[in-house]
Amino acid sequence: DTSLAEVNSFSPSMPISPSSMINQYKFEDEPELRDLFITVDDPESHITAIETFITYRVVTKTSRGEFDSSEYEVRRRYQDFLWLKTKLEEAHPTLIIPPLPEKFIMKGMVERFSDEFIETRRKALHKFLNRIADHPTLTFNEDFKIFLTAQAWELSSHKKQGPGLLSRMGQTVRAVASSVRGGVKNRPEMFTEMNDYMETFSQKINVLDKIAHRIYKEEREYFNEMKEYGPIHTLWSASEEDIADSLKGVASCIDKCCKATEKRMAGLSENLLPILHEYVLYSEILMGVLKRRDQIQGELESKVDALANRKTEKDLFSEEIGKLEDKVECANNALKADWDRWKQNMQCDMRSTFTNVAENNLRYYEECLATWESFLASQAVDLHVEEDSEDRP
Amino acid sequence: MEDCLAKKMEITVSEAEKRTGRNAMNMQETYTAYLIETRAVESQSEGQCAPVDSLWRRYSEFELLRNYLSVTYPHIVVPPLPEKRADFVWHKLSADNMDPDFVERRRIGLENFLLRVASHPVLCQDKIFYSFLTQEGGWKEMVNETGFQLKADSRLKALNATFRVKNPDKRFTELKHYSDELQSVISHLLRVRARVADWLYGVYKVHGNYGRVFSEWSAIEKEMGDGLQSAGHHMDVYAASIDDILEEEEHYADQLKEYLFYAEALRAVCRKHELMQYDLEMAAQDLTSKKQQCEELATGTMRTFSLKGMTSKLFGQETPEQREAKIKVLEEQIQEGEEQLKSKNLEGRDFVKSAWADIERFKEQKNHDLKEALISYAVMQISMCKKGIQVWTNAKECFSKM
Repeated sequence: DTSLAEVNSFSPSMPISPSSMINQYKFEDEPELRDLFITVDDPESHITAIETFITYRVVTKTSRGEFDSSEYEVRRRYQDFLWLKTKLEEAHPTLIIPPLPEKFIMKGMVERFSDEFIETRRKALHKFLNRIADHPTLTFNEDFKIFLTAQAWELSSHKKQGPGLLSRMGQTVRAVASSVRGGVKNRPEMFTEMNDYMETFSQKINVLDKIAHRIYKEEREYFNEMKEYGPIHTLWSASEEDIADSLKGVASCIDKCCKATEKRMAGLSENLLPILHEYVLYSEILMGVLKRRDQIQGELESKVDALANRKTEKDLFSEEIGKLEDKVECANNALKADWDRWKQNMQCDMRSTFTNVAENNLRYYEECLATWESFLASQAVDLHVEEDSEDRP
Repeated sequence: MEDCLAKKMEITVSEAEKRTGRNAMNMQETYTAYLIETRAVESQSEGQCAPVDSLWRRYSEFELLRNYLSVTYPHIVVPPLPEKRADFVWHKLSADNMDPDFVERRRIGLENFLLRVASHPVLCQDKIFYSFLTQEGGWKEMVNETGFQLKADSRLKALNATFRVKNPDKRFTELKHYSDELQSVISHLLRVRARVADWLYGVYKVHGNYGRVFSEWSAIEKEMGDGLQSAGHHMDVYAASIDDILEEEEHYADQLKEYLFYAEALRAVCRKHELMQYDLEMAAQDLTSKKQQCEELATGTMRTFSLKGMTSKLFGQETPEQREAKIKVLEEQIQEGEEQLKSKNLEGRDFVKSAWADIERFKEQKNHDLKEALISYAVMQISMCKKGIQVWTNAKECFSKM
């Protein structure tokens, strides 16, 4: 159904309870200390003359003073999220901004709005906003507040304000200049270490992402074959008498294991795959953050070089350099703190995700074990009955 | 089965060896020879170790033995041989006849065949079978001297030829139908099982990649490193465990395959009966028409149209002497025919009786064996689940320490 004649909902409104939010992601901050609760749900499609797009409902509940009200409900589209991310990057170039789901997965226009795609995106957007809310600095960002609270027209008009394009161009020019210069001369050891770490981490996380997808694919094919496997035994039982029960028993076991496999697959696609994907995105983000820090230092260094060649206006330059030195120190400190925080969260996420994978597999094997053991028990009963009847004269 | 050979003699196919030799067309060929070892059981109970006799046989000789048994005992469901070529393979298994795993499974299959024959109340008493086990040289000549090939009805080779039997025995018709169904369902099952095995293999083996990546990743982590490294090790264990699991499953597949081929043997007995019934009906029909001819000649009436009758009407009657001669010939033929029909009927009844006795025996054996096979399959699945639980419990512990 490619034409949507009216605004309609794709999935029933899923109010996400605080307890399920806690299960979805764990942060080092205690949930009880939170004073900002955000949910993203209720995707709706909108059709205009020019385009079709989806909006999501963003509900915010807060006890913070700076918010005029304690509850807000707004609708946002992907573009708006993208805008927010850009603004946060501009305001905090050396902070680690959480990853946004990709713009679209190239699979053709029709699938762009598949239920699965929309749900995956909704979950990712929900995580995005909540990670910002949990960030000690980003949570107080003004654009973030506006994103959560402004009505559609308010947001549009706000977006048009501000330095925007020119300042971004300025940044790009500086970036090019610093790379032309040949990079940073005196990068602190710590950031070189971070760079090396991120290069390896990025490699490994990408491979893990591929492995996880491959496992999912193999499991799905296994599941498809298993669906066919069980019924053959039932078919066979129709031509047998004595062993019909045993055959039906095996068929039933295989069918149950088949369902257990389906659950295991769902576990992968709901948990491991999204997390690994997020960290693939994170590795790109982190490489970007490290570059920007380098750029800021590069600015300082080129100004310092310029000063050395200058004969006049030395005081003015010294003042500028002082400002830049502050800028570099701020950037470095912000990044260092955020880096530590990111690493902690990453460790936490990886621990819980892979533990969850293990638990998923355990549940799967335990279910299958129970099924086959009960089948075996039923057969033993039959054997005893047979033996007894043979003893009788 | 008190007197069957299996109780008196230990039979094993203990070794397989690659050989090269020259075939009938004097061309070099490579084949596998199997060592058959036999030892009398009785002497063991006296505390002595009986000497082991052994001889080598190749697959074609087993085939010759089975053909002989099939022709000589048409009413018996003759145990099948293991497959000639590897079938129902999944990607890890080789379809090559010289592949050591295939040869090994065939060795087991051939031993199983010999044990089946040796435990059969009728077949175990066969002298050719006994010589197969004990007489190295001249066995082939001995078999051919029995002239069994002459007895073999070439019509049976045309598997799809139908004989229009007017009064089919309902039991045999049902049995043939059953054997067709059994063949169809078991081959379908084996095909899907092979595909399931393929994907299961994939799932396990891809997990092995985790091991390598975790290890490399752990090198850059301080706190997570140990947990990652040890978890990776468990993933390697998990990936490796599938090899043994699937090898065991191959033996289960072989058990099913035996009954896939047994279905053919069952069908063969039904076919033989069909053929016998057909011959019987043809003979009865022939006898009836001869009797009719005789009657016509004797009474001078022509009840049925016959070209001879017409020509004799057109070209003149026969002389009474000619007619007498014809009647006499016919009467002789009728007498012969009646005797033949009598003996064929007897043969038929005997066949049905002994065939049905063996079919009952086969049914019991089949039910017992298949039930055991299904139970062993369940046991295998349980073992696989337990291994999985162990590995993932260990992995979970490592992950939780990350």
